Amino acid sequence: MTLNLLLTQVLNGVQFGILLFLMAAGLTLVFGIMSFINLAHGSLYMLGAYFAAVAYGWTGSFWLAMAAAFFGLFALGALADALGLSILHRRDHLDQVLATFGIVLFCNELVRVVWGNAPLFMDAPPLLADSIEVLGLNYPAYRFAIIGAGLVVALGLYLLIERTRIGMLIRAGASNRSMVSALGVNIGWINRFVFALGAALAGLAGAMVGPILSIQPGMGEPILILTLVVIVIGGIGSIRGAFLGALVVGVVDTLGRVLMPSLLNQLFSPSVANAAGPAMASIGVYLLMIIVLAFKPDGLFPVRQR
Amino acid sequence: MKLNVKKLVVMMGLTVSGLTVAHAEVRIGFVATLSGPAAALGQDQYDGFMLALEQLGGKLGGTEAKIFKEDDQLKPDVGVLAVRKFIEKDKVDLITGVTFSNVMMALAKPLSDAEMLFVSSNAGPAPLAGKQCNANFFFAAWQNDNQAEVMGQYATEKSFKKVYLMAPNYQSGKDQIAGFKRYYKGPVIGECYTQLNQPDYSAEIAQLQAAAPDAIYVFYPGGMGVNFVKQMRQAGMLGKQPLLSASTVDGTTLPALKETALGVLAGSFWGPDFDNATSRKFVDAFQQKYKRIPSQYAAQAYDSANLIDSALRKTGGKTTDKAAVRAALRAADFSSLRGKMKFGNNGFPIQDMHVFEVAKNTAGDVSLKTLSTPLKGLQDAYATECPLK
Repeated sequence: MTLNLLLTQVLNGVQFGILLFLMAAGLTLVFGIMSFINLAHGSLYMLGAYFAAVAYGWTGSFWLAMAAAFFGLFALGALADALGLSILHRRDHLDQVLATFGIVLFCNELVRVVWGNAPLFMDAPPLLADSIEVLGLNYPAYRFAIIGAGLVVALGLYLLIERTRIGMLIRAGASNRSMVSALGVNIGWINRFVFALGAALAGLAGAMVGPILSIQPGMGEPILILTLVVIVIGGIGSIRGAFLGALVVGVVDTLGRVLMPSLLNQLFSPSVANAAGPAMASIGVYLLMIIVLAFKPDGLFPVRQR
Repeated sequence: MKLNVKKLVVMMGLTVSGLTVAHAEVRIGFVATLSGPAAALGQDQYDGFMLALEQLGGKLGGTEAKIFKEDDQLKPDVGVLAVRKFIEKDKVDLITGVTFSNVMMALAKPLSDAEMLFVSSNAGPAPLAGKQCNANFFFAAWQNDNQAEVMGQYATEKSFKKVYLMAPNYQSGKDQIAGFKRYYKGPVIGECYTQLNQPDYSAEIAQLQAAAPDAIYVFYPGGMGVNFVKQMRQAGMLGKQPLLSASTVDGTTLPALKETALGVLAGSFWGPDFDNATSRKFVDAFQQKYKRIPSQYAAQAYDSANLIDSALRKTGGKTTDKAAVRAALRAADFSSLRGKMKFGNNGFPIQDMHVFEVAKNTAGDVSLKTLSTPLKGLQDAYATECPLK
């Protein structure tokens, strides 16, 4: 394999990682700060994609579709929290897993009833529809845009959490809930904001993959599993951990898919390599997770204790 | 003696009630994948079947038809339960539908144990075409390999020299690669198996680009096909070299792809631009009723309903004489929307296979346009292994 191709594949890995980060940021905030395991995060991603596709269908504008997904899911997240999810915050993790898994099934069925079984259509904006030549290979412009958008979101989140008053309250609420409410801060509202923000980021991720992926019922589950791996590897509750963990998972997954078959091809006959390669590649990420858990149970980049 | 009389009375009662049911209506069990990510296929099968039934005035062979519908959820065990229910509770005369081959393989046993008449409107797995063939089973669509075989023949005709093959890493994916290679003997410069239901193909597309093939053949059914084609378009890889495909661009995925898929080639037994009376009538009625261009899955089920109708017409709407119904089904004496078709010894069709290109139709909608017919009167590769005559 040439160096150019390898670099392109690293770029692919980074782009996939950025996408995972958008999902993981919301999940890790909700999990780390509210101690709430939300398996329905993948459903929020799916709903984001559907909101975007519907807005795209009505207006034909890609940018309005993005806004619809982000603000639509922010509102939906806040509403869901107000309507009952907040009750789950005080329950133990098993209850949360069961209840949110139920929401996953409900959302998949709801989407099927409302929009039907067939996948929906959404296209990239004309500005980003083509490919750019990088290192002798064509690379989709839209994927560069995803990388850019992800970096902007990462920076924005960092500033929000570390440099603003609300970020300070979020961090304080994560360390000591009762002390924060004793100081006269409505911790319920803080939690609601965090949950809605997480939902909005998942919705944005769903909307951004609209032009790349098929928008269909159940599209959230494959990415949810990888997102859980990301936050476990990165360290639960840490935005920095989610960012770096997502990049690690994205690059390992992509390179594993590319390198494993060609590596096996040199060791075994093509039929064996073709059979074993994809299977081995798909376990790479989970192998990484096991190793990380064995040596650093808090993840690679745990939240610093202050 | 007393007991025997009782038994006799009960038996007579059963026979009489059985007869009255047979005279009053024909009972059909329809099972397909109607939920989950692949539900669009099963839904099209159901819509196609019901459209034909509606055009026949709700009757099959002149007898009132009662349809029992079950969802197999793409789970073989759920499918088996549905078939058992049809046989034991609903007392159906014939079972039709079935979307996926893994479900089909699980259904073969309960169907053959009950000696049930069966008409598949999609699944056509190799084992049932070969050694495990069954005289009561009829496959109104195509044997699974056929769509790959016609693309292989097309690649041979175009004398491509560097072909790159891609499919998901599971049984059907491997069968579709093998089917392609059965008719394409030229050099293959790369063979890539991806994870089943993988959403992102950026890594594989970069490898593909570096390999610089002069044609690509892929098998990516459902959502995987939507993902793959969209990503190929954005990478600027469509139009550079022909993209040959099976089950990737069809009536269920084109609405999600639209112009993105223009120029992609696909192998199939029928396309919505077919110029015969049955096909035109079907496409017009389907578009009118469901507001979308029918997929091949709808077409197959439409044909299945008409096939069943033709057979029951011959037996006067009765299903009591199984051998007669079976012979009538085997004759395939109906006007198929694909044109000519007949059944081979294994109950699989012998038919022409065509190559289609994704293009805009006269109404400006993205659809499939017939390009050529590389394989005429194609019979599947497994028929010789079937002991039936």
